[in-house]
Amino acid sequence: MRISGKGLVKNATQIAFEFDGAQVHGMAGDTVASALLANDIRLVGRSFKYHRPRGILTAGSEEPNALITVGRGAAQDPNVRATQQEIYDGLQTASQNRWPSLKYDVLSVNNLVSPFLGAGFYYKTFMWPEKFWEKLYEPFIRHAAGLGALSMQANTDKYDRAFAYCDVLVVGAGPTGLMAAKTAALAGLDVILADEDFLLGGRLNGETYDIDDQSGSAWAAQMVHDLSQLDNVRIMARTTVTGAYDQGVYGALQRVGHHGPRRNPDAPLECFWRITAKRTILAAGALERMIAFPNNDRPGIMTASAVRTYLNRYGVVGGQTVAIFGNNDNALRTAQDLSDAGVHITAYIDSRHDANVTGDFPIYRGATVCDTAGALGLTSITIQHAGGTDKIATDILGVSGGWNPTVHLTCHMNGRPTWSDDIASFVPTPGAIPGLTAAGSAAGHMSTQDCLQSGIDVASAVIADLGRTAPQLSAPRAEGASYQISPLWAVAGKGRAWLDFQNDVTVKDIKQAAQENFRSVEHMKRYTTQGMATDQGKNSNVAALAILADVTGRGIPETGTTTFRPPFAPVSIAAMGQVGQDKGFAPERFTTSHQASVDRGAPFIEAGLWHRPSYFPIAGETTWRQSCDREVQMVRNAVGICDVSTLGKIDIQGPDAAKLLDFVYTNTFSTLKIGRTRYGLMLREDGHVLDDGTTARLGETHYVMTTTTAAAGLVMRHLDFVMQALHPEWDVHIQSVTDHWAQFAIAGPKARELLRGVVDQPLDNETWPFMACGPVTLGSVQGRLFRISFSGELGFELAVPARYGDALFRELCARAETLGGGPYGMEALNVLRIEKGFITHAEINGRTTAFDIGMEKMISPKKDCIGKTMAARPGLTDPMRPRLVGLKPVGDVKQILAGAHLFNPDDEAVRVNDQGYITSACYSPTLGHSIGLGFLKNGPDRIGDRVKMVDHLRDVETLCEVIHPIAFDPEGGRLRG
Amino acid sequence: MVNLSPISATQGVLPVTYGTLELCEICPDHITSLAAYRGQSDALSAALKSAHGMALPAVNRVTGRDGARAIWFGASVVLVGPAPDASLAQHAAVVDLSDGWCQLRLSGDRIDDVLARLAPVDLRWANFGRGHVARSQLVHANVAYHRLSETAVDIYGFRSMVHSIVHEITRAMASVHAFGHQ
Amino acid sequence: MRIKCPICGDRDMREFYYQGAAVMLDRPAPGAGDQVWDDYLHNRDNPAGDTRELWHHGAGCSEWVVVTRNTLTHQISHTALARDVKGASS
Repeated sequence: MRISGKGLVKNATQIAFEFDGAQVHGMAGDTVASALLANDIRLVGRSFKYHRPRGILTAGSEEPNALITVGRGAAQDPNVRATQQEIYDGLQTASQNRWPSLKYDVLSVNNLVSPFLGAGFYYKTFMWPEKFWEKLYEPFIRHAAGLGALSMQANTDKYDRAFAYCDVLVVGAGPTGLMAAKTAALAGLDVILADEDFLLGGRLNGETYDIDDQSGSAWAAQMVHDLSQLDNVRIMARTTVTGAYDQGVYGALQRVGHHGPRRNPDAPLECFWRITAKRTILAAGALERMIAFPNNDRPGIMTASAVRTYLNRYGVVGGQTVAIFGNNDNALRTAQDLSDAGVHITAYIDSRHDANVTGDFPIYRGATVCDTAGALGLTSITIQHAGGTDKIATDILGVSGGWNPTVHLTCHMNGRPTWSDDIASFVPTPGAIPGLTAAGSAAGHMSTQDCLQSGIDVASAVIADLGRTAPQLSAPRAEGASYQISPLWAVAGKGRAWLDFQNDVTVKDIKQAAQENFRSVEHMKRYTTQGMATDQGKNSNVAALAILADVTGRGIPETGTTTFRPPFAPVSIAAMGQVGQDKGFAPERFTTSHQASVDRGAPFIEAGLWHRPSYFPIAGETTWRQSCDREVQMVRNAVGICDVSTLGKIDIQGPDAAKLLDFVYTNTFSTLKIGRTRYGLMLREDGHVLDDGTTARLGETHYVMTTTTAAAGLVMRHLDFVMQALHPEWDVHIQSVTDHWAQFAIAGPKARELLRGVVDQPLDNETWPFMACGPVTLGSVQGRLFRISFSGELGFELAVPARYGDALFRELCARAETLGGGPYGMEALNVLRIEKGFITHAEINGRTTAFDIGMEKMISPKKDCIGKTMAARPGLTDPMRPRLVGLKPVGDVKQILAGAHLFNPDDEAVRVNDQGYITSACYSPTLGHSIGLGFLKNGPDRIGDRVKMVDHLRDVETLCEVIHPIAFDPEGGRLRG
Repeated sequence: MVNLSPISATQGVLPVTYGTLELCEICPDHITSLAAYRGQSDALSAALKSAHGMALPAVNRVTGRDGARAIWFGASVVLVGPAPDASLAQHAAVVDLSDGWCQLRLSGDRIDDVLARLAPVDLRWANFGRGHVARSQLVHANVAYHRLSETAVDIYGFRSMVHSIVHEITRAMASVHAFGHQ
Repeated sequence: MRIKCPICGDRDMREFYYQGAAVMLDRPAPGAGDQVWDDYLHNRDNPAGDTRELWHHGAGCSEWVVVTRNTLTHQISHTALARDVKGASS
C-alpha cells in the first residue's frame, strides 16, 4: 500500500505496466518491486530447487528472490532483479520458475519431497548407471532447475563496450562516495563516480535523517548536482562496477536502455566499460543480512532496511501490518520510521536481553522469531521469549541480522577480507587491490557522520598520494549513532531455516555438509550450492560460514570465506561479448577483386581474415566440382586469373637485408641476382617448418618477401624478433606492403599472350625467364611483374597499386575469356598445386620438418640459420618419420580424404599400426583420378608400394598406391616454357 | 595499352554522418614509409625539412601541416601527401604505402565518446591533443590515430580491412548519437 | 592488465602478443651442444615471483618488450625494449 506523504517523488505520474499478464499501476520513480509492494503483491517468484513461494527480500542488486523476465520475444531478458528494474508505461514483466502459474506451481511438489533433496542430492543420486547421465539425468535436471529462460531467438539489442580513464574511480555514490568524489574533484583530479542505482545517494534515499539542515536525500541530490557541474567529474548512474583487475582496471556495466521502451535501434541497451583508474575509492556501502529462523522465506519477510527503503524512498509498505526482528540497534530505525508514518507495528523483537529499545509498539527483548505461517505470503509469526511463545498476525516482517560491508571488489585479486568482532562481519583487507582503498561503511564505519568523514579522509590520502593538495573540507553534520550488535546467525526450531534463498540452502544443509566432512568453506559451498547463482550469497554467505564455523568448532576467521569473484552483479554475455557480436567477431579483409568476384556469383571461403573466392560458376554448372574441374583445365589448357593479393608481402631494405634473409631462410638469398626471385623455406628455432614463399631481389639492398596468406602476421612478428631481440645491430627495415599491392596470378600456356598489351614491356623467355622479376608499366601505372608459378604452368604474378586492382582484375578476366580462359578460385588453385606437389600449411602444419617434406637439401651447410641446429636432431632426421608422398587410389573405392590415416594393407586400422596421414586430397581432372598428398613413414622409399587409407570418421577405406608427390609434369617443362 | 581507373577503398560507402559526427575518407596522393638507416635520423630529418618543409616527428607525434605531414608510425615515419623526394632514399628505407593505408577522418562534437568505444587507449582531447599520434587498435584492427583538433581525428587503417573499420566506427557513431549525453 | 610500452606508454594487454621467457634473447652458438639448446628452447623456470618475459607490441609500435612481472601479484616492476636489453648485453 502507498503511505500518503511518504516517498521521495511527490505528485508522481501514474505508470501502467504488466506483471504475469495483469496490468499493475505504479508511480514514476518506482521499481517493479516497489510498485508490486504498493499493490500488496508479495508473491513474485519461485525458488530454484524446491519451487518455494518467494517474495521481495531486498531493495537492491543483491536481491535473491524477485527475479523476473522483462520483455518478450527476441528482447526477452531473464533474471532481471525486480528491485532494480525501473517501471515505464508498457513494460512487460513476468515471474519465473513456475508452471503453469506463480500461485499453482506443479514442481512445488519438490518441496514436499525435500527431505530427499538435501545437500549433495545430485552427487548421490545421479551417479549410476552411467548410461543415464546424458539421456535421462541431464535433461531431467536441466528441465527442473534453472531460473529464467532464454527466448532462443537471436538477440536484436545493441550493446556497446567502451574504455574510460580517470585519476580516481569512486565506487558508490552514497554519503561516503559523494564526499570522496567532491574532495577529489576539488583537488583537480579527474573523477569517475559510478553507482548502481538510477537515483544517487545510496542509503540516504532510504533514510529519514538529515545532513546539516536538509534531508539526506536532498543533500545527496544537491551534491550530485554540484558535482555534475564540474568538468573533471563524470557521473555514471545505473553503472555497476563489476570487477577489479590488474593495474587499476575495473569492469563496469552501464544499463543504458533498460529503463524505458526501446525505440532507437542505434541506442545500446547496455555498455560494458573498462575503466582504468590510478586510484579507486570503494564506497560501496554495506548490505544487510538475514537471520536464519524456521520458515524465514515466506513472501512478506524482508530485510529491515528494505522495509525502510520502500517506506521512505517509495512511500510503500507491502502490507497493513509490520513486525521487526533484529539483533542490532540499526533495526530500530525501521520501526521508528514506520511508527512515524502511522503504520501499525505488531511487534518489535530484539534478540538482545539488554537492547536499548523504546517505541510505541509491543517490544520483545531477548526474543526470537521461531516460526512463521502463510502459504503464499506471510500471515503470522511465532515469537519465542522467556515467557513462552506468542503467535502474532502480521503481513510484513523486517529482519536485521546486521550489516556486511560490501567487500566483494577487494577480493577479486585473490584477497581475503578480515574479520571484525566490532561489527561481527568482514571488512576489506587494506592493500588487497593495489590502488584501492575502502571508505565509509564498506570499510566498517557504520554511522553517517563517520562515513562522510571517511570519504574526506580517504580521498585526501589519495590526493596526497597523487601529488596534489587536498582541499580543507569538514564533514557536514549527520547522525552519529553507535552501532551495537550481538551476532545471531540462526534460530533453532522445527522447520527449515533458510540461508541462501535463491539456491534453497538451509542451516541443516550446512550442518550436513560438515557432518559428511565437507568442512572447508569452499567444499561446503560446492556441496550445498550455498552462495552460487545471481546473488552470489550476498545475503547469506557470512551467516552460512558462521554456522559452518560453529558446527566445526572453529572461529569464523579460521573458517574463512569463499572466494568472491567478478562480476559483483550479473553481466549479460551480450554486454561482455559485444565486440564479438555479428560482424564484430573478426575484421573481414577483402581483396580489390572482391566486388568483381561477387558480380560473378563466386562463393567465398575465409582464409585467415581474408575472404577469397572458392570458384566462379558459369551458366549450367550446378556443383562446385564442375566449376573447379573446368577452371583447372582452363589453366592447364589456356589461361586463368587468380587474385593472390592475400599472400603476405614484406618490403625489406637496408645494408643488412641479405644478412637477415640468410638468417631466417634455410637457403641463401645474399647470392640472389637483382631481378630474380627464389623460393625460400623458413624454420622455427625448434627445427620445424615455419613458412615458405618466394623472395625477390629488387635492388642491391632491397628485397620483397612473400609469405603464405595465413602466416603473414606470424612472419612479420618473427622478423621483428630476429631484428630486435637477436640482431639489433643489423641495419635493416621491414615494412608490410600486403595491402598496397593488388597482385594477380596469370597462369597457363596463354599467359604470355594475355599479358601482351597489358604490360608495356616484352615478356619473351629471354628477358623474363622463369623466376625473373622487375618493374613494369601498364600505361601510366607502375607495376611489378614476377615470373613465378603455383600451378605448374607458365605463370606470372602482376602487381599494381591497390587502387587499380579492381580495374586490372576485370581487364585480365575479360582478356582471359577471349583466350578460352577466365578467373579461377581457391578450389582450382588447390587442385593445381596438389597435382604439382606444392605444399601449403596443410603440409607445413607445425609438426613437419624440412626433412619430412623432402627439402632437407635446402638447409644450406654454409651458414647458420634459425632452426638449423635443432633440425639436425636425430629424432627429426629419422627416415622412419612420416614423410611427404603422393597417393592415388588403385582399388574399387576411388575416394581420397584429407585427414584420413594410412595403414599397411593387411594391418588392422588401429593406432599402433598407423603409418601416416593424408594432408591434401582432390580429384584431378588433369589425371582423371583422385590424388592426395600425405605423410608416410619412410615414404620416399616406398614409392610404388600399396597402403590402405582409412577415414574412421567418414567410414571410407581406399587402397592407394604411393606415388611421387609431383603427380603432373615432374620435369617442370610447362612452367619454364 | 590498358587504361586502368583507380577507385578509393571506401567508394560508395563514405561519407557517413550522424548529427554533427561525420566520417569520410581523405585520399592523399601519396603515403610513404620512411625508416632511417643507422645513424641517419638527423640527415633524414634535414632532407625531409629541405624537401618537404618538416622535420622528423618525435615519437607519438606529427610534424608538417594538412596536405604534407610526417607522422610517427611506430617502426617508421610516414610522409602523407607529397611524392617523396628522391633525396630521402639516401638516408632511409623508402616504401610506397599509398594504397596500403586508408586515411579516414572522424569529426564532430563528441568524437571522444566515439573513440572511447573503439580504442583501448586514452584518446580524450585533454590527454591526446593536437599533433598527437597513437598506434593502437580499433576494435580488432591495428590502426594509427592522429589528433587534428578537439573535433577531428584521422584514423589510418589497412585498406583491406577498411570496410570492417568503417563498420565499427559508424556503429560507435550511431551509439553516441543515440546515447544522449552521459 | 596494463603494460607500459617503453615507446607508446601505458597500454592495454590486448595490444600485446605474449611469447614467454626472455631466455629467448640469448641464442646459443650453433655448436653449443644439445643441453644448451634444450635449455634455450624448452626448459623454463616457473618462479613464484618475478619473471622476465617477452611481449610484442604488435598492435602498437611493433617493438618486442622485456617485461618483468610478478607471477603472484601480476605487478609489473619494469619494462624495456628487447633491442636495448640485447644491445646492452652484446
